[in-house]
Amino acid sequence: MSTSTEKLEREEKLEGIGCSRKRKEDPRFIQGKGNYVDDVKLPGTLFADIVRSPYAHARIKSINKDKALAVPGVHAVLTAADLKPLNLHWMPTLAGDVQAVLADEKVHFQYQEVAVVIADNRYIAADAVDLVEVEYEALPVLVDPHKAMDADAPILREDIKEKADDGKGAHKHPNHIFTWEVGDDEATTQAFNAADVVVTEKMYYPRVHPSPLETCGCVASFDKVKSHLTLYITSQAPHIVRTVVSLLSGIPESKVRVISPDIGGGFGNKVGVYPGYVTAIVASIVLGRPVKWIEDRMEHLSTTAWARDYHMTGALAADKEGRIKALRVNVLADHGAFNSHAQPTKWPAGLFSICTGSYDIPVAHAKVEGVYTNKAPGGVAYRCSFRVTEAVYVIERMMDILAQKLGIDKAEIRRRNFVKPEQFPYHTALGWELDSGDYPKALQKVLEAVDYDGLRREQQEKRARGELMGIGLVTFTEIVGAGPSKACDILGVGMFESAEIRVHPTGSVVARMGTLSTGQGHQTTYAQIIATELGLPSEDIQIEEGDTDTAPYGLGTYGSRSTPVGGAATAMAARKIRDKAARIAAHLLEVSADDLDWEVDRFKVKGVPGQEKTMKEVAWAAYNNVPDGMEMGLEATNYYDPPNFTYPFGAYLCVIDIDKCTGEAKVRRFYALDDCGTRINPMIIEGQIHGGLTEGFAVAMGQQMPFDEQGNLLGNTFMDYFIPTFVETPFWETDYTVTPSPHHPLGAKGVAESPHVGSIPCFTSAIVDAFSHLGVTHMDMPHNAYRVWRKIHELGLDKHE
Amino acid sequence: MIPSEFEYHAPHSVAEAITLLTQYPEEARLLAGGHSLLPMMKLRFAEPAHLIDINGIKELKGISEQGNVIRIGAMTTESELIDSALLNEKCPLIPAVARLIADPQVRNRGTIGGDIVHGDPGNDHPAVMLALDARFILQGPEGERTVPANGFFLGTYSVGMAADEILTAILVPVFASSTGYGFNKLKRKTGDFATAASSVVVQLQGESCADIRIALTNAGPCAFRAEAAEDLLKGQVITDALIEQAAQKVMAACEPDEDLRGDAEYKTHMSAEMARRSIRDALTKAKG
Amino acid sequence: MTKKHISFQLNGRPVDALVEPRELLVHVIREQLGLTGTHIGCETSHCGACTIDLNGDSVKACTVLAMQADGGDVMTVEGLADNGALHPLQEAFMQEHGLQCGFCTPGMLIRAYRFLKKNPNPSDEEIRTGMSGNLCRCTGYQNIIKAVKAAAEKMQSA
Repeated sequence: MSTSTEKLEREEKLEGIGCSRKRKEDPRFIQGKGNYVDDVKLPGTLFADIVRSPYAHARIKSINKDKALAVPGVHAVLTAADLKPLNLHWMPTLAGDVQAVLADEKVHFQYQEVAVVIADNRYIAADAVDLVEVEYEALPVLVDPHKAMDADAPILREDIKEKADDGKGAHKHPNHIFTWEVGDDEATTQAFNAADVVVTEKMYYPRVHPSPLETCGCVASFDKVKSHLTLYITSQAPHIVRTVVSLLSGIPESKVRVISPDIGGGFGNKVGVYPGYVTAIVASIVLGRPVKWIEDRMEHLSTTAWARDYHMTGALAADKEGRIKALRVNVLADHGAFNSHAQPTKWPAGLFSICTGSYDIPVAHAKVEGVYTNKAPGGVAYRCSFRVTEAVYVIERMMDILAQKLGIDKAEIRRRNFVKPEQFPYHTALGWELDSGDYPKALQKVLEAVDYDGLRREQQEKRARGELMGIGLVTFTEIVGAGPSKACDILGVGMFESAEIRVHPTGSVVARMGTLSTGQGHQTTYAQIIATELGLPSEDIQIEEGDTDTAPYGLGTYGSRSTPVGGAATAMAARKIRDKAARIAAHLLEVSADDLDWEVDRFKVKGVPGQEKTMKEVAWAAYNNVPDGMEMGLEATNYYDPPNFTYPFGAYLCVIDIDKCTGEAKVRRFYALDDCGTRINPMIIEGQIHGGLTEGFAVAMGQQMPFDEQGNLLGNTFMDYFIPTFVETPFWETDYTVTPSPHHPLGAKGVAESPHVGSIPCFTSAIVDAFSHLGVTHMDMPHNAYRVWRKIHELGLDKHE
Repeated sequence: MIPSEFEYHAPHSVAEAITLLTQYPEEARLLAGGHSLLPMMKLRFAEPAHLIDINGIKELKGISEQGNVIRIGAMTTESELIDSALLNEKCPLIPAVARLIADPQVRNRGTIGGDIVHGDPGNDHPAVMLALDARFILQGPEGERTVPANGFFLGTYSVGMAADEILTAILVPVFASSTGYGFNKLKRKTGDFATAASSVVVQLQGESCADIRIALTNAGPCAFRAEAAEDLLKGQVITDALIEQAAQKVMAACEPDEDLRGDAEYKTHMSAEMARRSIRDALTKAKG
Repeated sequence: MTKKHISFQLNGRPVDALVEPRELLVHVIREQLGLTGTHIGCETSHCGACTIDLNGDSVKACTVLAMQADGGDVMTVEGLADNGALHPLQEAFMQEHGLQCGFCTPGMLIRAYRFLKKNPNPSDEEIRTGMSGNLCRCTGYQNIIKAVKAAAEKMQSA
């Protein structure tokens, strides 16, 4: 047996980085033994249900609880008046605003929480909800954000109307939340004035909802004797929840235990703190019994955090060859009734300034203005890093539009403007440092794989026959892994991530992280990282997350930050252990640590074959035979504050055929090439990409949260809200290149959100492309049959002879 | 989403069920497949004090041939319609429609009778019944009567039967020779109601159309036949130009409500398009 | 409201429960009988997370009354494995990465179980239509299709 074969075999046994090993979390899920929040059953649990407003904007004249309280099995009915003495009727939001826990004198959106009923079970609670009598006085409703700052617009937030300035710039109007600008306005104007060509387009990115299959909920259990609160919660960020709960309730963090058990999908929706959680906690404190609150799907779609709702205007200035000279983007952001955007504190529009994309744009300016309307609060990163989806959408749309204006192919216009491989690290006009990339290679690989020229020829032939076929193309760059704590914090806590690893005497490992898997398979991938770093089989490595009593503090999982930040923390903690292990091995082998080489799972004395100690042997020694002066044990903790974000990228291509008679668009082909740097578990990566593409498909082709003029939400069940089934979902083709991140300890960048961010503009690109020969430059989402048919009809393409 | 309290009854015969209906006038609802009623009850749009579950009544089940008529028990599920060899051979329009209703699990519960008497314009069987010229057997305290599908559908949630009557069976004619059918349905996704759908049955005599029925789903307050379009085609050799004229007549007959599936104009155009496709499919099948 | 006594077979064992007539089967299985593998996703019979097998058919337990299971035969995901030996579908979902967050998985498995009983050798298209009553937000379905196919092949060859 050759040495290299033997080494490879040892490597394979570890099932470490690069291995498509099967998931460690699956056995419990396939046997119905997952433990989700609604599965938590504590003795004596009561059930909370919420009375909600039928109006989008109204004054509460009175609330009568008597009939509800008279129902046998009802323990309490709480309103804002009951929470007020505890100062819990309002709560802070992640965006520096406040949000009503229970409506305080006024309701600001339809389905807003007005009262909470606590009863023996969910049946009695539901009956009692019907019996709470609330008298409302309807007020004028503000639905259109464009009218929010009109002189005669109804003023929504009476609670903060006197507040002239909250540190985010002067308020132009009581409904104005912030104006955020970045870039060089003047230089951008000059570049536009001097440009050969200018293209401008208005586009609306609709309000959509992440809607994981499990809705939100919690079980709050307050022990009056110990003054201790245990909270099982559907949260992607349990540690931050603990901090918020402690700040709100006054219970010290040491007496608050937050547990995120198995979570049935998050997609950004489960980052914030919702009124339902707070009311359950209060009820448990008041009643001294566990209280469960589980929302139904309508409540989920109507009141928990949505995403997007950006009215964007993009403009590009270029020379005749299509080389971009400047970018300008203006956004009107509809934030709903309370500013509960999930984002790092200093970034009112998240990381929207990544809107220069994959392109070498000398100068740019972006401005985002946020306003209140009578809609539910939200604004989370729905399977994306904060506002990156919107940013990628606007730049990718504008690239197509510029290509169209100049008569240049949309692949070629991208090639001409790419940041070139040799330009990395590349400083964008809006302040980011792109870490690594090879955009031309990714694009070329995709074009060849799908025979792009052949598709264009086919399209020509079809157009000649009057058929509608569209080819969409996107070459996106994401910004993920928030983030460097100098730039990013949540409620003042820096956005580091943490890992604590313990190697036991027999070489098995327990490791705990501050992140929280909602389906991404952390128990598997983190184990693989440790396996490779420590040379111990991933099978013997147990990963635990989500219990604030045991896991180190972390900011949680969203914005594709687990691998870039949590994965880095894991690698760094493992390396601390390996360093110590090296010194123990040196002691055992009676050499200096400098004389040792690390090879897969063991330390070898340089130049002396056979003189070696495996990590397993070292682990045993760590508990009985360490060098003088060294502490026993083999464990380490790392809090990793990344030096930069990571910038995954990709090239996507989509082919769509449109039925001219019905407007139905059929995705014939979708080819997704992703570069997420080092690939830890290719099987999981591919699964994440399938899922992200499917969510992108849902957003682009059907998701929307429409409101009527009275602010009523239309379509808040799965009948209307588009979740594609097996039948509608296209077949996905995936591919990859590997351009490691130079600053990440493993070179990994994060992947789960790229397919969502990248695919959405690709679908739009394909839909518009089907009509581009007729002068169409843009069509807003969702591209459902009805809306596509409207365009067909407007162009007179559906004439029947 | 929790229903209000109700008294539950599970009769074993139609007579027993009718007695219960008579006993609790205004307060009772029949529970068939439950996939329309139970969600309405969970949303508390419906709060019957008495729920009469007729799933246990064996006489309401089954598909049989009686001369040139097929009798379908009202409590036959959509899945049973799809699996019925008899229907697939002799009245294939019904399984073709059932295959596109809701999803497999819902089709295991949802029944043809429930779909018909619910009176929802979005339900698919009413238009099919019109296209097939089906008859319904209704049983009430006074006994049994048979009524034609044509004229049964009166408006949204309104059908031509009394509150104490039960639809027990559906009678559909066995397809004669030179008869063809077409069914086309446009929907946003699996599980959705039709944006528009059209059921067509055509009978040819030589090259020309001896009889044709064109029925529409979700194009008005209830399922209806586009009779002007039918009249235009009857007795004619149906050409593309005639189909187009018929489609225009279909559009004139539509008065759909706007909803998230589209506005009235779109739905009207889609009804015409579904009718065009169904007429063509029906002709192809009739020509064998 | 007076409670009624019902009894039925649950995963091959007789069970009893006292239920209100309005109680939904999914609540009784999860809360009274303690089998929490069956999940609740949408409550309007669209998502299929609550799919169980009732008298040999896949049904959505959020839209069936517990009373309607009286005397019946119910199977949930907990009944798939045979004496600790995983069902080929369970193995295949693991092998083909047919699950992520796991919330839809029990409904998917129990639906696929009945689907393969009725169609032991399905095409991809047949799997897509046969499984179309179950929503997944994570996987994009592609690996679930692979898993169902792999299980079918294994069961055919067994």
